Amino acid sequence: MTPRDHDLADESPAVAENEAVNRREFLSECLKACQLAAPVLLGVIRVPLLEAQESESGGYDPAEHLYGMGIDVSKCIGCGQCVAACKSENDVPLDSRHFNTWVERYVIGDNHVVDVDSPNGGMDGFPPVATEGGIRRAFFVPKLCNHCASAPCVQVCPVGATFTTDDGAILVDDEYCIGCRYCIQACPYGARWLHPEKHVAAKCTFCYHRLVQGLVPACVEVCPTGARVFGEVERRSTPLARFMRFNDIQVLKPHLNTKPKVYYANLDGEVR
Amino acid sequence: MARLPSLRGPKVPQQVPRLVAVFALAAIALIAARYFLVPASFGEKGHYRAAALDTIVAREKQYAGQQECALCHSAIMDARLAGNHQGVACESCHGPAAAHAANPVEAKPSVPREREFCPRCHAYNPARPTGFPQIDPVAHNPLAPCVSCHDPHQPEPPVTPESCSACHRQIVSQKAVSHHATLLCTTCHRAPDGHKTSPRTVRPGKPSDRNFCGSCHSADASSPQQIPRINLRTHNPRYVCWQCHYPHYPETS
Repeated sequence: MTPRDHDLADESPAVAENEAVNRREFLSECLKACQLAAPVLLGVIRVPLLEAQESESGGYDPAEHLYGMGIDVSKCIGCGQCVAACKSENDVPLDSRHFNTWVERYVIGDNHVVDVDSPNGGMDGFPPVATEGGIRRAFFVPKLCNHCASAPCVQVCPVGATFTTDDGAILVDDEYCIGCRYCIQACPYGARWLHPEKHVAAKCTFCYHRLVQGLVPACVEVCPTGARVFGEVERRSTPLARFMRFNDIQVLKPHLNTKPKVYYANLDGEVR
Repeated sequence: MARLPSLRGPKVPQQVPRLVAVFALAAIALIAARYFLVPASFGEKGHYRAAALDTIVAREKQYAGQQECALCHSAIMDARLAGNHQGVACESCHGPAAAHAANPVEAKPSVPREREFCPRCHAYNPARPTGFPQIDPVAHNPLAPCVSCHDPHQPEPPVTPESCSACHRQIVSQKAVSHHATLLCTTCHRAPDGHKTSPRTVRPGKPSDRNFCGSCHSADASSPQQIPRINLRTHNPRYVCWQCHYPHYPETS
C-alpha cells in the first residue's frame, strides 16, 4: 500500500461523507427552490381562475352575451311611450325629425292603398284614422336600429367610429365620429341621424349603459303591452328565445343580408 | 453618414440610396403620424376606440326599472301585479324615476291624473289590436278624470250586480257610461230579496226627497271634491231633483 493509496483509503470515508453532504445540500436546495417556485407556479394557474370569478361576481363580460329584440306587431297599441322613454333616456332632441325608435301606423284601405304615417314618431299617440272608405286592416309597427350582425353602417365608416361590440350592439364613438354621414346613407332602415348639436352620427344603442347594469332598454321597460321583448339571441332560457320559439319570426328587408337582430312577430307583408 | 460612401459602389445606382432614404423618411413619418393620430386604445378590441365603450357605459340612466320601485312601493306593486295592469311598468305612466330612486324626497315622479293621459293607450283606434280595452273619449263620461272611477293600479271596470241587470239591462247600460257609473243600484234603491221573485208585489225603494241627492250634491255635503255642488235652498226649491235630472244618466249643465 503506497502512502498515496493509504491517503486515498484514509480519505475515502471523508469523500463519501462529502458526497453525502452534497446530496443533502442538493436536496435541501431543491426544497428551497420548490418553496420559491410554488407560489409562482400556483400563481400562473390561479390568475385565470380569479379573473373568471371577477367576471362572474361584478364585472360585465360582453363576450358572454348576444343581445336582440323581439317585437310583436299584434300587441303594439301605438301609445308612443317607447318613443318618449327613448328620447328621455338617451337625450335625443325632442323635435319631430330625430328618433332612435319610432312607431309607424299602417292603414290598408278597401282600395288596397297602403297609408303609412308616424306623426312626431308616434310619441304623442296617433290621431283618428283619416281614410275615406273602409279599412281592410291597420296596425302599428315599432321600428329601431336592427343592430345587424352584418351591418352596412359599420362597413362604410371611414374612421372606425361606429362599431359592433362583442355582445352584438352597434355603437357610435361620439368623440371619434367625423360627421361624414356615410353611415346614415348606408343604413337601409333609416335608423341613423345626425345629432344637430354634436354634429356626430347618433342611433339606438340598445341602451347599452343599462345593459351593463343588468337592466333592459328603456323602451322595453315602459312598453305597457309587452310588445317589445329583450334578451339573448343564442340562449334557450330568455324571454327573447321563448318569443322566437312561439312565433313566426321575420326581419325587415331580409334580402339585403344585413342579418338584423330585431325580430318581428305577426308582421304584415306590406311592412317595408 | 459614414456608411453611405461604401454603398456608392459601381454596382449600386445612384438613385437607389436616395429612394431608400425617401422610403425610410416616409416610414418614419407614417409611424410618427400613427403615434400621434391613432388614439391609444384603438384596436384593443376591434377596429374602434375601446375607450369609447367606457364613455357610453358611463351615461346616466333616467329609468330606474320597476324592480327598484318595488323596494319601497311593494304594496302598490303587489296590487298592480294582481290586476289588469300587471304588465305595465311603473315608469310607463309615472315617467323616468331614476332621480326619484336616488333621492326619494327631493325628486318626485309625475302622477298623471288628467283625463288626457289614459286615452293615449285606451282611446279607440282601428289600428289597435282587437280585444284591447278602448273607449271613445268624447262619449265616455265626458270631463270626468279616469281615476275617479278606475284605480290605475287595479283598473278593473266598475261592476253592477248582475241581479239587477238581468231585468234592468237598459238602465244598467246607460248608467255604466254616466257619471254615476261607480254607484251601485243599492246606493239609491232599497232592494228587498223578495223583489227578485215577486217584482210586482215587492217593490224596491226609491229616494223620496231632495235631501237624498243633497247628501252628495249640496254645498255642505262631505262627499269628494269633484262632485258637482248646488245650494239646496236656492236651486229650484219647488221641484224634486229627478223632475229635471235623470239619475241614471245625469247631465252636468
